[in-house]
Amino acid sequence: MSKKILELKDVSKIYGSLKALADINLSVNAGDWLSIMGPSGSGKTTMINLIGCMDTPSTGSVILDGVDISKENAASLTRIRRDKIGLIFQQFHLISYLTAVENVMVAQYYHSMPDEEEAMEALEKVGLKERARHLPAQLSGGEQQRVCIARALINSPQILLGDEPTGNLDEENEGIVVDIFRRLHSEGVTIIVVTHDPEVGDVAQRKIILEHGKIVDDINQSL
Amino acid sequence: MFWRMIIKTLVRQKSKMLMIAFTVILGVSLSTAMMNVMLGVGDKVNRELKVYGANITVRHQDAALMSDLYGLTEGLGVNDKFLYEEDILKLKTIFWGFNILDFAPILEGRAILSVKGRAGTAGEVSLAGTWTEKHAILSTGEELNTGLKSLRTWWEVEGEWLGEDDNNSVMVGKLLASKNKIRVGDAVTLTSNNGAVKNFIVKGIFNDGGNMDEKILMTLPAVQELMNLHGKISSIEVSALTTPDNDLARKAAQDPRSLSPDEYETWYCTAYVSAICHQIQEVIRDGVAKPVRQVAESEGTILNKTTLLMILITILSSIGSALAISNLITASVIERSQELGLLKALGAYNWQIVLLVLIEVMMTGLAGGVIGYFLGIGFAQIIGQTVFGSYIEIARMVILIVAVILFFVTLLGSVPAIRYLMALKPTEVLHGK
Ligand SMILES: Nc1ncnc2c1ncn2[C@@H]1O[C@H](COP(=O)(O)OP(=O)(O)OP(=O)(O)O)[C@@H](O)[C@H]1O
Ligand SMILES: [Mg+2]
Repeated sequence: MSKKILELKDVSKIYGSLKALADINLSVNAGDWLSIMGPSGSGKTTMINLIGCMDTPSTGSVILDGVDISKENAASLTRIRRDKIGLIFQQFHLISYLTAVENVMVAQYYHSMPDEEEAMEALEKVGLKERARHLPAQLSGGEQQRVCIARALINSPQILLGDEPTGNLDEENEGIVVDIFRRLHSEGVTIIVVTHDPEVGDVAQRKIILEHGKIVDDINQSL
Repeated sequence: MFWRMIIKTLVRQKSKMLMIAFTVILGVSLSTAMMNVMLGVGDKVNRELKVYGANITVRHQDAALMSDLYGLTEGLGVNDKFLYEEDILKLKTIFWGFNILDFAPILEGRAILSVKGRAGTAGEVSLAGTWTEKHAILSTGEELNTGLKSLRTWWEVEGEWLGEDDNNSVMVGKLLASKNKIRVGDAVTLTSNNGAVKNFIVKGIFNDGGNMDEKILMTLPAVQELMNLHGKISSIEVSALTTPDNDLARKAAQDPRSLSPDEYETWYCTAYVSAICHQIQEVIRDGVAKPVRQVAESEGTILNKTTLLMILITILSSIGSALAISNLITASVIERSQELGLLKALGAYNWQIVLLVLIEVMMTGLAGGVIGYFLGIGFAQIIGQTVFGSYIEIARMVILIVAVILFFVTLLGSVPAIRYLMALKPTEVLHGK
């Protein structure tokens, strides 16, 4: 039985009169690969924000690696996010005037110390060593998302979080990204990915379905 | 990494940063110029007043009274009251005699002027007899050189100054000369109302810029002779080094008898203009010594008003800069909110983001400040040359003051942007399409 890395207990997130998340209970083990699916507006992004320490729940608690983050202030949320979470976004969010390798180094800078060699290695792992000196605008969408993954992984986070990481990619690039996830999973990285795409959702070891802020299905796909 | 990001941001946002730098250049150059002028000009005006000759005039008490009461400077009760020529040198014997730099007697007179070789007369003109370059030996044996030439350093003279013994020559004021087409070397005749007639050669034409320009300047003996007023003078112009007035000096100027003995002692032994005047009156019979207040005072009030104006300009330009900077920075931060939000998501603390933005702004401000400072020094010199006619000394202190103002102005201007940054949530900017 592997270690519990994340646990959501009776978590709700309320925006005015809208319950974006309603009494969610979920636990994720270290090394799990989880995909979150569900219709638009069902609360997927809201959930990712809570797990990623970018927001706090209205009620309930989010326990990340043994720490209840719902009680923490903004500065310690930043610290926890910095140390434990790697983020990937649908729109990549690379800094346009920095090269690929520099974009990776920014994450190092805010974590500890920029180390160009290490950053290059991270790019090599996603197959972008040759393109390390290019600006984001000179890279394809798939390549940009790979830079993003390299950046998310550079500080060895405990959880890799992705909100529709393949949403802007074509099938081929989607395949490349999914392959990277597969390899990371085999290396023991915990992966939580929100997706609309059944092909991406189905390769995960476990899939939960959200509807109206509630988990309506929790499917173990590892078998 | 940090610096690489800052430099690249600065380059990428160069139009906004240039605007900020430009704003700073404007503000700093204005403030620098104003402050340098403000600090430099107090000294300037003081020195100028000394250069501008007499700061005390001594007249007969009745003439002084008439001019105080009725504003009369000519006519009965003014022109027929005289001081004694023999008293003049006693000026150097007073307690503050050493502070008396220059002095010159003036004897006023009137005569009919006619120019040789021209029909008719040029009418009645004012005469002023004086010492131009007197070499005198005091009773103490001390020698001194003084005269009007030292009191009228700003005169532009065509031809030559009158020498001390040029009793047969005159100098003509520029207005009078041009009205009557008198040139250097012309022969003129002066006829006084008691019938004395004398011929003179025009040795020089002077431009005073004041009411002297309509007069004829002669040696003192020449006017005494022509007017038949031997040993008489109308007034003495004195240039003395004085200590700026304080409350005691102002109290004494009202009435020295209102002072306590101790105060009197202090006052008498300080080179206040009122103390010097008081001492002059003790040695010049029938004389009343008055500071030439009009000049000093009007210069003083003008100075105060300019100072106020300049402080106002400095404050307003600071506020203007702060507002402009605040707009520009806020716009720049909003434009980059995705990027800055991303940095937060990657683990940057609020203060790190704020520092990033502040350093960008401060660097831009510093660059603008340096350029602005040197521009401002240029402006100060232009103002100095055009308004005060001289070089303005650059006060080092201004650098510090301007730097402090600039620092707080940019900081203040950054406040809205900082508040925006603190409140910025990564979730709000990162998930939007
Ligand atoms: N900051 C907010 N203020 C108010 N309501 C919000 C806010 N963020 C999300 N919501 C609402 O909460 C609900 C869940 O939003 P969420 O973004 O989690 O949906 P989602 O499942 O990610 O949808 P999509 O698939 O379209 O990205 C939606 O109804 C949304 O309008
Ligand atoms: Mg979403």
